[in-house]
Amino acid sequence: RRSWRGLPLCSLRPGQKSAALSSAVLPDGVDRSTEAFARNAANAEGLLSQLRSHIQKVLGGGGAEAVRRNRSRNKLLPRERIDRVIDPGSSFLELSQLAGYDLYEEPLPSGGIITGIGPVQGRLCIFVANDPTVKGGTYYPITVKKHLRAQEIAAQCKLPCIYLVDSGGANLPRQADVFPDRDNFGRIFYNQAKMSAEGIPQIALVLGSCTAGGAYIPAMADESVIVKGNGTIFLAGPPLVKAATGEEVSAEDLGGASMHCRISGVSDHFAHDELHGLAIGRNILKNLHMAGKGLNTSPYVSSEYKEPLYDANELRSIAPTDQKQPFDVRSIIARIADGSEFDEFKKYYGTTLVTGFAKIYGQSVGIIGNNGILFIESALKGSHFIELCAQRNIPLIFLQNITGFMVGSKSEAGGIAKAGAKMVMAVSCSKVPKITIIVGGSFGAGNYGMCGRAYSPDFLFLWPTAKISVMGGAQAAGVLAQIEKNNKKKQGIKWSEEEEENFKASVVEAYEREGSAYYSTSRLWDDGIIDPADTRRVLGLCLSASIKPSPEDTKFGVFRM
Amino acid sequence: SSPTSPEAKEGRTIEKILVANRGEIACRIMRTARRLGIRTVAVFSDADRGALHVDYADEAIRIGPPPARSSYLNASAIIEAAHRTGAQAIHPGYGFLSESADFAQLCEAEELNFIGPPASAIREMGDKSASKRIMGAAGVPLVPGYHGDRQDIDFLKAEAEKIGYPILIKPTHGGGGKGMRIVQSPDEFVDSILSAQREAAASFGISTILIEKYITQPRHVEVQVFGDKHGNVIHLYERDCSVQRRHQKIIEEAPAPNVVNEFRSHLGEAAVAAAKAVGYYNAGTVEFIMDTLSSQFYFMEMNTRLQVEHPVTEMIVGQDLVEWQILVANGETLPLTQSEVPLKGHAFEARVYAENVSRGFLPATGSLHYYHPVSISPTVRVETGVKEGDTVSMHYDPMIAKLVVWGENRQAALVKLKDCLLNFQVAGLPTNIGFLHKIANHWAFEKGLVGTHFIEQFKEDLFIDSGVDIAAGTSSASKLGAALVAACICEMDHNSYKENFPGGDKLLSLWYDNPPFRMHHSAKRLIELEWENELEGKCLELLKLAITCVSKGGYLVEFEGGDSPVMEIKVVHLGECKCIVEADGLSTHVTLARYFKDNCQHIHIWHGQHHHHYREPVTLDRSNDDASDHKPSFQLASHPKGSVLAPMAGLVVKVLLENGAKVEEGQPILVLEAMKMEHVVKSPRAGYVEGLHIASGQQVFDTSVLFTVKD
Repeated sequence: RRSWRGLPLCSLRPGQKSAALSSAVLPDGVDRSTEAFARNAANAEGLLSQLRSHIQKVLGGGGAEAVRRNRSRNKLLPRERIDRVIDPGSSFLELSQLAGYDLYEEPLPSGGIITGIGPVQGRLCIFVANDPTVKGGTYYPITVKKHLRAQEIAAQCKLPCIYLVDSGGANLPRQADVFPDRDNFGRIFYNQAKMSAEGIPQIALVLGSCTAGGAYIPAMADESVIVKGNGTIFLAGPPLVKAATGEEVSAEDLGGASMHCRISGVSDHFAHDELHGLAIGRNILKNLHMAGKGLNTSPYVSSEYKEPLYDANELRSIAPTDQKQPFDVRSIIARIADGSEFDEFKKYYGTTLVTGFAKIYGQSVGIIGNNGILFIESALKGSHFIELCAQRNIPLIFLQNITGFMVGSKSEAGGIAKAGAKMVMAVSCSKVPKITIIVGGSFGAGNYGMCGRAYSPDFLFLWPTAKISVMGGAQAAGVLAQIEKNNKKKQGIKWSEEEEENFKASVVEAYEREGSAYYSTSRLWDDGIIDPADTRRVLGLCLSASIKPSPEDTKFGVFRM
Repeated sequence: SSPTSPEAKEGRTIEKILVANRGEIACRIMRTARRLGIRTVAVFSDADRGALHVDYADEAIRIGPPPARSSYLNASAIIEAAHRTGAQAIHPGYGFLSESADFAQLCEAEELNFIGPPASAIREMGDKSASKRIMGAAGVPLVPGYHGDRQDIDFLKAEAEKIGYPILIKPTHGGGGKGMRIVQSPDEFVDSILSAQREAAASFGISTILIEKYITQPRHVEVQVFGDKHGNVIHLYERDCSVQRRHQKIIEEAPAPNVVNEFRSHLGEAAVAAAKAVGYYNAGTVEFIMDTLSSQFYFMEMNTRLQVEHPVTEMIVGQDLVEWQILVANGETLPLTQSEVPLKGHAFEARVYAENVSRGFLPATGSLHYYHPVSISPTVRVETGVKEGDTVSMHYDPMIAKLVVWGENRQAALVKLKDCLLNFQVAGLPTNIGFLHKIANHWAFEKGLVGTHFIEQFKEDLFIDSGVDIAAGTSSASKLGAALVAACICEMDHNSYKENFPGGDKLLSLWYDNPPFRMHHSAKRLIELEWENELEGKCLELLKLAITCVSKGGYLVEFEGGDSPVMEIKVVHLGECKCIVEADGLSTHVTLARYFKDNCQHIHIWHGQHHHHYREPVTLDRSNDDASDHKPSFQLASHPKGSVLAPMAGLVVKVLLENGAKVEEGQPILVLEAMKMEHVVKSPRAGYVEGLHIASGQQVFDTSVLFTVKD
C-alpha cells in the first residue's frame, strides 16, 4: 500500500472486500510447494544474474581507457549527462540497453547510443545520447536503428526530443549499411523535420563533436546549446578542410561554440562547460510552455491505488524456462494489477486467451494474456475485447506466451485463418496505447495477433525467458528434416538416423540461438529485456509516456466474416 | 504640549515610553513596559522600517535616514516623536544617546522623563580624567597613572617612568579601544603618544590622553549599581566580562568566577561609593580592572546606562532591571535594600555577532536566511532584535542576539551554555557562534581562568576546527555532515518534485517514485560540496559524493577519492528544516538550512555536536556575458590584428577620439547611424587608436576597417 499525494488509502487486506470496490481479486495462483516452482526459481535466478552481468558490462561504455580519456576532457558519460538533465531524483526508462550485443566482431556496448525516457521540468522527454567512448560515438547500422526507434517513440507518444550530441557521424567502414537506405542516417533529420512540424520540440545539446551528417542534428533542432571547448559543429573537420581547400584552421575556430553562437547562428546558447550546457538544456524545457499540449488530463485515472497483494519478485520464477510447462497468466496479472483486481471478460469462452480490465497505478487498462494455443474462439474473443478497449479508449497490455494458432483440418475448416485475421485487424487498427510484454514463447502468427513488433505497440519488452521465432525449434527441425529426407530420397541418398538427429539438433540449436531474448534485443526487435519484478513499474512508466492528450478515433478495416 | 502645573508634572506616572533605540535592547525594554501596562513607542530609521522593534511597539515613528547620525542620534527628531505620541518618558537603551548628558538635559528641558541617571552624573563620568579625580577623592582605588591636563611629551614620559613600564595610553574621551596604546619600553613612548593623540583627535575630536600602569594579566570585573532619587544606592553584585575580542565583550558571567565573598563585598562597596560620589541614580555599572597577579582591583570607568550584559545580573538576583529603572524614573524608592538582594546560581551571556571570526572578527553584513535561536525557558533567555529574513546592515552594530543562560552553579550553567550554542542556528551570514562554542568548551574557560587576554592567549586552540574524528575515527565529522546533507537534499528534492510536478498529469508522479527507477541498475546522483570553515575562513575540502537511492529514504553515500567507507543513511523523517536521519544505525535529529547566494547554494547542517556549512555551485546562474574568452581569430585574418570593422553599413555621425588616443577596452570611439538607430563602436581592447581616417558625415560599408587598436 502506498499513499498517493498524501491522501489516505482505503486499506483492504487480502480477502476483505468493501461494497464500493467490487472488482474481482485474483488468487495467488502460485503453488510454491512443487518441484517445478523450485526449479523455475533457480533457473530464473541464473537467467537474471546472467542478464545483470551483461548489463554491467555495457554500463561501462567503451571501457576504462576510453572513459578516462572522456573524463580528462571534462566530459561526463552519456548516462551521467542524462541524470543531470532529468529532474533530480526522478526515474529514467532506458531502452534497449543490449542493442548491438554480440552483433559485430567488435563489441558495441548499448549500440553506442543511450536512449530512454525521463521527466524534465515535469515533462516527459525522449533522450538520445551518443556515447563517445564507444567507437567515438560513430553510427553503426544498429546505432541508427536505435536512434530512429527513439524518434519513433517520440513521434508516437508526442514527447520532446533531447539530443545529447557527441558523435563522429556515420561509421565510415560501414557507410553502405548506414547512409543511403530509407531507414538509415538521413531518416534522423527527416524525423526531426516532421516532428518539429508537428510541434514536438527538438532540442540539441552539443557536448562534443558533431561532424558531417551529425552537424545536422543541432542544425535541424528547434533550439540548440553548444559547450565551449568541447562542442564543435562542422560539415568537415580541420583535416578534411585542409585536404579540400588547403585552409588551416583549428576545430574551435572552424566550428566551436563562440563561432556558432556569435557568427554562424547555428547554435543558440553558449555554455561555459558541460554542466552549464546541461543546465541550459533544462532551462529550455522550462520555457517550452506548450500550453494545452502534451498535458494528460485524463479524468479517469484514480488518484488512489493499491499495490498488488502478492510479491512481485515471484514473477521471476513464474514464467517457466521450459516452454512446455503451462502456467496461468492470471498469476502474472495478480502481481501487476492494482490490488490484484482483475475483472475478466468472457471468462468461460475461448479460455486459452485471458482478457479483462484492471488498473495499473490507477490507470484503467485492458489486459490480454495467453493461457495456451489460440483457438478460433480465443481469437474471436481477443478481437472482441480489443474492439471494446478501442471504443472506450482504454490502453491495451499484451502478455505474450504463445506457441501459435491451432493447426489441423478441423481448425482450417473452421476458418482459423479468418479468426486470426480478425485479431490482426483489430490489433493493427486500434488507436489506443499498446504495450507488449513477451513473458515466454512468441511463435508464428501468435506473435502477430498478440501485437508483436510489426504491429507497432508503443513499447515492447521481453522477460529473460522470452523466445521468439516463426515456430518452435523442434517443430522447425521436424519440418526441415522431413523436406531434407524427401530431397535425399529423390537423389537416392541414404540418410542415417544419426545424421538425421544431427541435422535436427543443428536446426534446434540455431532456432534456440536466434530465438533467444538476447538475439532479439541485440537487433532491436524489442525495447529491452526487463527484470520480471520490474514489470508493473515499467508498465506504469510506459503508460504514462504513451497516453496521448487527445485520444484518436479508431477506424477498423474490413473484417472477414 | 499643554501647560501643566509643576505639581501635576512631578506626580505624573509613566504610562507611555518612547524607546530611543533599536534591536534587541529596544525589544527588551518594550517587553517589560508591556508587562507593566505601559504603552511603547518605537523610533526607526529607513533601514529599520520592517525591524522587529517596530513590530513590537504599540506605535512607531520614522526619525530619519539609515545613518545613525541622522536617525538614532538625532535628538530633536526623537524629542519631537515623543511629543507627537504623548510619551512621558524616553528610554535611551544603550549606545546611541544613552550616555549623552546633553540629551538627558534636553529631555528634562522638554519635560520628558529621561529613564537614566542625572545629566550631571553622565557628564562627570563621561570625562575619564575628571571621573578618576572624583573617584580618587571618594577613596575608590585607581590604577597608578597620570590623569592631569599637562600633555607635553617630556612630562608624560617622566610620569611614565614613575609608574613603571609597561604603561597604557588612553584618550580621556571616547571608548571602544580607540586610541589606546600599550607601551612596553621608554623608546616606544614618543611614537605611541603621538599616534594615540592623532587617533583620539580623529575619533573623538579631543586629543587629550592619560597614561596608566598597564596590567599584564587583567580581568574585567564590573559591578551593577542602582540608585534612586532619594539618595539610596545599592549594588547587585559583579559580572566578569573578561572574554573580549577587539576590546568588546563576547562572553559575560555573573557572579565572577574564582572570587571570594570578601573580595566581592569590597568590590560592591567601592562601586557604591563611586556612584554616590556623583549623586547617581538609576542603573549604572562601575567597571574595574582586576590584576590577577596581585588580586588588586582598580576603578576604570563608570557606564551611566543599562548595559548590554545586564541580563546575567538579572538572572542571579531574580529582578527585572528595566522595571527598576522605570520605578526610579517614577521617583519611587528602590524595591530592595542592600541586605535584601539575593544571589542565586550562576548566569552566562554569549553575544552572537554577525562577524568574520577568521578575518579579525570584522563585522559581517548580509541576510539572515535562516534564524532559529534556541527555545526560551525560565533559565534560557534569547534577547534578539532580528527575525528570519532580516538584513544585518552596515549601519548599526552587528550583534544578532544575546544568549543568556542560568544554572544552579557555574558548571550547570556552562553545560547549558554549550548546549544552547550548539542549537543556536543562524545561516546566511558568518557568525561567531562556533567560536563562542569553542571558548565555552575550552579547559581554561571551564575552570574560570578568564582574563582579557584569553582569546590571544589560547588562539592556538580556538581558531582551529580540526574535522574532529568521530567514534572509531573512520570518518570525519565534515564528511558525515556532507553525507547527511546529501541524503536530505536528495530526499527533499525528490519530495518537492513528487508533490509539485508541474504537468498535472496523475500518472506522471510515477516518475518521481523513490527509489528512482533505472533499468537493471541504481540511480546514482553526484553532488559536489565545498566545506566552508567559519573559524579558519576558507574552503577546507571539496567533497565529491555519489548517492545511490536504495529504498524509500534510504541512501548509500560514497566519497570519490580517499578510502572513506560507504555510509548507509536513512532519512527517517523529513520536515521542512528539521529531519531525523539514521547514519550507520545511529539516529539523530538534524537541522538543514538552504539558501542561494553568490551563484552557490549554501547548505548548513546542525547535527550532533557539529554545525557545518557547505556550498554547492549552481550551474545555470553563471554570467552569460563572457562568451569572449575565446574569440575566433579568422574573421580578422585578412586584416591586421586589432582591426575594428564596421558592424554595418551606415553614416558616421560622431568621431570621439583621434589617432594615438589611449583607450580602454569597451571605450566608445565613434558613432554610426543606420536604420535610424545610433550604434556606438567600442574599442575591443585596451591600447592606442591607429589608422582612424574617418570623419563625421562619412559613409562606411559593412565590415570595412574603421581603425585599429594597437598595444
